[in-house]
Amino acid sequence: MEPVLAIFVGLLFTTAIYLMTSRHTIRILMGVAVLGNGVNLLIFTSGRLTRDVPPIIPAGLDAPLIPIANPLPQALILTAIVISFSFFAFLLVLGFRAYQELATDDSRDMRLAEPADDPLPPLGY
Amino acid sequence: MRTLIFRTVAPYLSTLMIVFSIFVLLRGHNEPGGGFIGGLIAASALAIYGIASGVAPVRRAIYFHPMNIAAFGVVLGAVAGVVSIFVGVPFMTGLWIYPVIFGVEVPLSTVLFFDIGVYFAVVGTIGSIALALEERDEI
Amino acid sequence: MGAEAAGTTLAMMLLPFIAALFAPFLVRQLKQNAAWVLAAAPAAIFIYMLAHLDAVSAGGTITGGFAWIPSIGVDFSWYIDGLSLTFALLISGIGTLIVIYAGGYLKGHPQLGRFLSFILLFMGAMLGLVLADNFLTLFVYWELTSITSFLLIGFDHTREASRRAALQALIVTGGGGLLLLAGLLLVWNVTGIGSMSELLAAGDVMRDSPYYLAALILVLGGAFTKSAQFPLHFWLPNAMEAPTPVSAYLHSATMVKAGVYLLMRLNPAFGDTVAWETILPVFGGTTLIVGTLLAVRQTDLKLMLAYTTVSSLGLLVMLTGFGSEHAIEAAVLYLVAHSLFKGCLFMVAGTIDHEAGTRDVTRLRGLRAAMPITFAAALAAAVSMAGLPPFFGFLAKEEIYYALWATSPWALTFTLVAIVGNALMLVIGFAVALKPFLGSPVQTPKHAHEGPVMLWLGPVVLASAGLLAALLSGFFHAGISTPMASAVAGEATPVSISLIPSIGMPLFLSILTVAVGIGAYLAVDQLRGAIAKVLAAIGWGPDRGFDQFMRGLVRFSFRATALLQPGRLDFYVKVTFAFIALALLLPMVMFDELPQWPAWPSDIRFHELAIIGIGILGLFAVIVAKDRLTAIVSLGIQGFAVALIFMLFGAPDLSFTQFMVETLSVVILALVMTRLRLNASDYRPTGERIVSGAIAIAGGLAFTLYLLKVTQGTLDMRLTEFFNEFSRPIAHGANIVNVILVDFRGTDTLGEIAVVTVAGLAILALLRVRTRHRTRSVVDAPIAPRTAEGEA
Repeated sequence: MEPVLAIFVGLLFTTAIYLMTSRHTIRILMGVAVLGNGVNLLIFTSGRLTRDVPPIIPAGLDAPLIPIANPLPQALILTAIVISFSFFAFLLVLGFRAYQELATDDSRDMRLAEPADDPLPPLGY
Repeated sequence: MRTLIFRTVAPYLSTLMIVFSIFVLLRGHNEPGGGFIGGLIAASALAIYGIASGVAPVRRAIYFHPMNIAAFGVVLGAVAGVVSIFVGVPFMTGLWIYPVIFGVEVPLSTVLFFDIGVYFAVVGTIGSIALALEERDEI
Repeated sequence: MGAEAAGTTLAMMLLPFIAALFAPFLVRQLKQNAAWVLAAAPAAIFIYMLAHLDAVSAGGTITGGFAWIPSIGVDFSWYIDGLSLTFALLISGIGTLIVIYAGGYLKGHPQLGRFLSFILLFMGAMLGLVLADNFLTLFVYWELTSITSFLLIGFDHTREASRRAALQALIVTGGGGLLLLAGLLLVWNVTGIGSMSELLAAGDVMRDSPYYLAALILVLGGAFTKSAQFPLHFWLPNAMEAPTPVSAYLHSATMVKAGVYLLMRLNPAFGDTVAWETILPVFGGTTLIVGTLLAVRQTDLKLMLAYTTVSSLGLLVMLTGFGSEHAIEAAVLYLVAHSLFKGCLFMVAGTIDHEAGTRDVTRLRGLRAAMPITFAAALAAAVSMAGLPPFFGFLAKEEIYYALWATSPWALTFTLVAIVGNALMLVIGFAVALKPFLGSPVQTPKHAHEGPVMLWLGPVVLASAGLLAALLSGFFHAGISTPMASAVAGEATPVSISLIPSIGMPLFLSILTVAVGIGAYLAVDQLRGAIAKVLAAIGWGPDRGFDQFMRGLVRFSFRATALLQPGRLDFYVKVTFAFIALALLLPMVMFDELPQWPAWPSDIRFHELAIIGIGILGLFAVIVAKDRLTAIVSLGIQGFAVALIFMLFGAPDLSFTQFMVETLSVVILALVMTRLRLNASDYRPTGERIVSGAIAIAGGLAFTLYLLKVTQGTLDMRLTEFFNEFSRPIAHGANIVNVILVDFRGTDTLGEIAVVTVAGLAILALLRVRTRHRTRSVVDAPIAPRTAEGEA
């Protein structure tokens, strides 16, 4: 099953990178969201796949009897999902505010910090 | 979005979701669930209520500012970790007690309080974001 | 050396830094009189160092130190022998006088506290430099002197000339310091020796090393920049922009001698080779001649002195390079004599400037009556500089001619160089000491009168020291000259010269020098005109070259920045991902580590394929979507597909979380983005599509291959097994994922919820800043603080 997911992960990354190379903040945002999924699935698949058996110890036992899904990547991903969501929201608001302030969603028009016609710095001392 | 049916159902739906979120939170240690998921469910409940009835009723209903709830969550998590120091074991070591309340043995632990802290942090932050964005929608 | 004595030495080395810390507060309380208090620090060091005189003159050395970075063998250690002790005495002794002088010179200056603080900082650095034993300790102090010199030259930072001079000095001497570091590290690597004392004890190790020449050139790079050897001499005259106490202390008596100190220190280990005995005299001799000629050209008192400092340093380098016993004795004597008379003359120049209001030698006449004490000190120093009896300079000059005189063409050349140099120094010495004082008084910008005791104390003490050292030469040689010369030569080198001249070639050469000097002094104006004409004809010098270099550097970095950071986000993203793809793919291809071609998984089920298929459709739809809402909904589809995959492969927690997050994402995206009135489609020109597409496909391919490679390898399951085994028994939880989150890795989770909360705060802050309907036209305006209108 891993090879199929490997291809799916590759497609997630392809989509994410293509969207993020756009000039428009909305597409960049979507790219970031897809990238998060790609990374999470990458970690998940690296921890190997086990069908249907969640990492829960059955009642009355001290340790699982049958092979269970790897809990370690799951723990990593769970927090990653929540954190990437909060940063997604932050980027979203940032893009929205940039649109309100600069009246554009085209990153090439956002030259406040790095003006296009930046003059040569002074040559004196 | 604000159809009559939605507006009528939303408070009940939100209430149900919050109760469910607490259930998910508390069973989290032994069954699927936990603070992160519970918090997200509760935050969704706030978001739904906000979309249906406007943000002001939600803010009245939860009384505290959501960011305060989030901060409380972080502090609760930290305090739950600090407790272990007073017993002479390293930071964040889980401590358990089993008091019997009304004839039922209830397992209580610092770990549980830590998870509740996570729950509050998530519900506060995500709820706060959702409400703030909805608020701008109304202006 | 006992621990107690080591502690005292360390305390003495730290004392200037501590005094520097308190200087501003003391000045606030006591005004310029704080200088008397602060001068106690260098005076204490001077006395402490004097106490070592007996032990050191008996041929002993004092070492000590503390471990600094033991893991790489770096110690904070010191090494006191005749050489470093003489330097320490000069630094602390002259330093005491300079601190007092600075109090008088900058009396009433609002930044006097800062100035004294910098001077004391420099003193600590310089003291550490000459006492340091470990190479890295030495380097740290070396660069610290460059930095404090930068601060002092740029003290009057409102003037552009000061800033330029400060930067120039920092770049030249700091750059030289880096060469020195490279040289010392080379020595360390080649020989395994990391400190001066070991290097001196190791004899021929360095000379026999194949890396000798490389190490020598690097070390000389450090010494020659610091000691202003031609053609890197130009920073030193420019450093005269600093207040005069700085010029007297750093740029004549102490710091510029750090290069000479280094050469003298390394002479036993590096010297006595053809390279050493060629490079040093040639550079030193050239510097001597160029320096004196340029000095004659000047009319500013300080600049005249500055150029003679350059030539004196050249003379010292030349003598050190000769390496004969007499040459080393001469270098030692001249170094001490120079520190005394040059420090004195600089202070005199400063006093004249302070009291008369100008330093232009053509506008100063007849100050003799107004400033008798200063005149006496100036005359004494000038006589010493001219090498006339009964001053210490005479001994030094006699010894120089003893050292140089021989009949080979090589020696004759340098004898001639020395005669010309010394004669011209006599000219400058008298031009500084006589011209302003003799003749009939003229109108000066300020009404000239004798300065206060703070201003004349330093010159008088230094001039008297020059006299006493010559009169009591027997004591002086026993205590100072012989131990120092022995340390430089690496063997016992008794110094015996005294004021009673022996009839011979050296005396004859001295008389010749004086005759040439007096002749030149009478013709000084013509000489000045001639040199000015020659310089005008050349028209270019290293000083202008420095400006050209700096401007070129700024232009180059500006172009490089514009090329690498064009200010376009999409460019940055493209470069980043192209590099990531390359970093993943290249090693796999280069080391033949590509994954095996996978077999089609036999156990795959239809519904799994269907879910992945839906996810791919969602991705495709996101890319091709013509309007925003379709794109947002399609985004949700791929997210739910991922959630279902989690569900199918035993991760219900992840699945639920992913469902919630995707729902919330779609909702807030829709909330925000549907409110923007924008061109909906993602328009890109075809060329850009191809570039982006290529990078995206390369990135996707890279991660697919990487993941295949990872899953074809073995997985270390130890951690997982630990969690599975102990989740129930010690953490009392059945849901292992939750146990990891809240118990085993609880501290991580605490950090993570804090991050989530901070992100939430940042979002609220962003939203609460009110829109101010900024239009493109105000983009250039500076961003005003946004405090007043914060609350929504």
